[in-house]
Amino acid sequence: MMITYMEAIRDAIREEMRAQPHLFLIGEDVGPYGGEMGLSKGLWEEFGDLRVRDAPISEAAIVGCALGAALTGCRAIAEIPFMDFIGVAMDQIFNQAAKVRYMFGGKAQIPFVIRTPMGGYQSAAAQHSQCLEAWFMHAPGIEVVLPSTPYDAKGLMKTALAANNPVLFIEHKKLYALKGEVPATEYAIPFGKADLKRPGRDVTVVATSYTVKMALDAARALASEGIEVEVVDPRTLVPLDEQAILDSVGRTGRLVVVHEAWRRAGAGAEIAALVAEKGFGSLKAPIQRVAAENVPIPFSPVLEKFVLPDARKIEEAVRRVMG
Amino acid sequence: MEPKFEHLGELYRRMLTIRKFEEKTARMYAEGEIPGFVHLYVGEEAVAVGVCAALAQGDSITSTHRGHGHLIAKGGRLDLMMAELCGKRAGYCKGKGGSMHIADLDLGILGANGIVGGGLGIAIGAAYSARLRGTRQVSVAFFGDGASNEGLFHEALNMSSAWRLPVVFVCENNQFGVSTRIDRVTRESDLSKRALAYGLPAAVVDGNDVEAVERAGREAVARAREGLGPTLLVAKTFRHRGHFEGEVVSYWAEEELARWKANDPVARLSARLRREASFPDEVLLGWETEIDQRIREAVEFARRSPPPEPGEALEGLFSEERVRP
Repeated sequence: MMITYMEAIRDAIREEMRAQPHLFLIGEDVGPYGGEMGLSKGLWEEFGDLRVRDAPISEAAIVGCALGAALTGCRAIAEIPFMDFIGVAMDQIFNQAAKVRYMFGGKAQIPFVIRTPMGGYQSAAAQHSQCLEAWFMHAPGIEVVLPSTPYDAKGLMKTALAANNPVLFIEHKKLYALKGEVPATEYAIPFGKADLKRPGRDVTVVATSYTVKMALDAARALASEGIEVEVVDPRTLVPLDEQAILDSVGRTGRLVVVHEAWRRAGAGAEIAALVAEKGFGSLKAPIQRVAAENVPIPFSPVLEKFVLPDARKIEEAVRRVMG
Repeated sequence: MEPKFEHLGELYRRMLTIRKFEEKTARMYAEGEIPGFVHLYVGEEAVAVGVCAALAQGDSITSTHRGHGHLIAKGGRLDLMMAELCGKRAGYCKGKGGSMHIADLDLGILGANGIVGGGLGIAIGAAYSARLRGTRQVSVAFFGDGASNEGLFHEALNMSSAWRLPVVFVCENNQFGVSTRIDRVTRESDLSKRALAYGLPAAVVDGNDVEAVERAGREAVARAREGLGPTLLVAKTFRHRGHFEGEVVSYWAEEELARWKANDPVARLSARLRREASFPDEVLLGWETEIDQRIREAVEFARRSPPPEPGEALEGLFSEERVRP
């Protein structure tokens, strides 16, 4: 069936809430209002106050409450309505959720998902547009998931809601309306397994979230020039499917890494370092990164467009590595 | 023997166990047997013991960086604690946590915590969990006066009060955040007044009087268990040692410490037991010998335990368990 990315995530949550009586969703406006983005629409009507909990604007307490419940026999989903706000809850994520299992000697089970939408391209300016996945890649103890299609979103959320680890599930605002084929039958996508979104012999483009779509657009345009681009979507950054990236670069010999987050110390730096360390021998050209410029995301559409990646910038990077 | 005095005798043994565990820890730390740093609970024993006496086995607590007393009061094992303090594989956390991160989830000990106020979120979550799972469990958050100026304190009080969660907030007001006296960083140093703003009841108790603490604790726990919501207890007390072991204390006068030591919660209770319950000296001495023996065994267990293999550092980050394949 064809459904949107938002419906796919909601379906996964609804199915798991029906299957797991102690699974609850907590966040700002997630109840009767249906979530700031509309993702939880209909859930409060079906599951009630206790399981779809409107919280005060207290991100640290929302995350802490979800974590405490996850440590004591429940499964929790905490929603942070914009990823930019996650900084308010940072201690509860970085120092508590990410570390308790390890600090306690590997004994705790932490069935806990933090859902949050990220991303720009809508003139929302510096505090409502950010992509902060790299922060969480850096802190061991959290699995970091970034689906780019409805199919991946549902399958990855199903896995997140079966895992007993803290998962940061990062959605993209510009993808919510994207439609795609999703099976009506039960399925799940394991973490740490990249998806080849398009095969191609000349250049590997590793892209995540909304930039996967841009990479595919660029690949189509470049195909008309005779350049065949392979698009690899890791789908989860922690764990990262290193082998799929190395295999692809082994075939193409060229790598462009794309993400909407800032270039400096972004996920692309990690992926580039991986290929430099373990796949250097197959590289025919220097690795290129396409990412946001190292400034806060500006408001004016002209400025935002200049700062963020797009298909044209990906095409240019591919041409550069093709020499 | 009146049951009341038998019960007080039990509380005394728990407090003395904490005192002696901490004194032994101080000696082992000074001799280099315990690495890192430790924050001792000496002088505050009546708070943990009084509150935990009001709890049932299935109730949970969150603790602090100064957590040994809470763990022992909630039933934590001395041998596993001591092995953890020494960084041994047989310790509570397999040597990965140390003094500030000991947990025993089976006993409802949801962790000491190295972040001031860090456990408050977990405590309200445990209370939320009890509500959602339909149990009558209560959770207690221990924290210090310092944590009352953290944002999460206010968020947790507000949120739990709004939803009448079964949680008890226990503020151990030992009057210092490291070196800074509470009245230098807040205008209203009666911290119980903060509860007013969030619509929950509060009580101030003498934190060196275990009976007073237990009484207030029982009232707050009963209230939580009945679904009437959280309570803030402020227990006024004083630590007899520095913020951390090895610290040279420059921020209080000797006379102030002497005054508090004259009001030592352990000595106070022991005097009361001798005076009012007519416990003979040999009974009290017998308890002391028994506690010394338990601590000796814990230390021997820790010393005998091997350190972890270096490669074990890479284990235990993620769980492989899933609810479905």
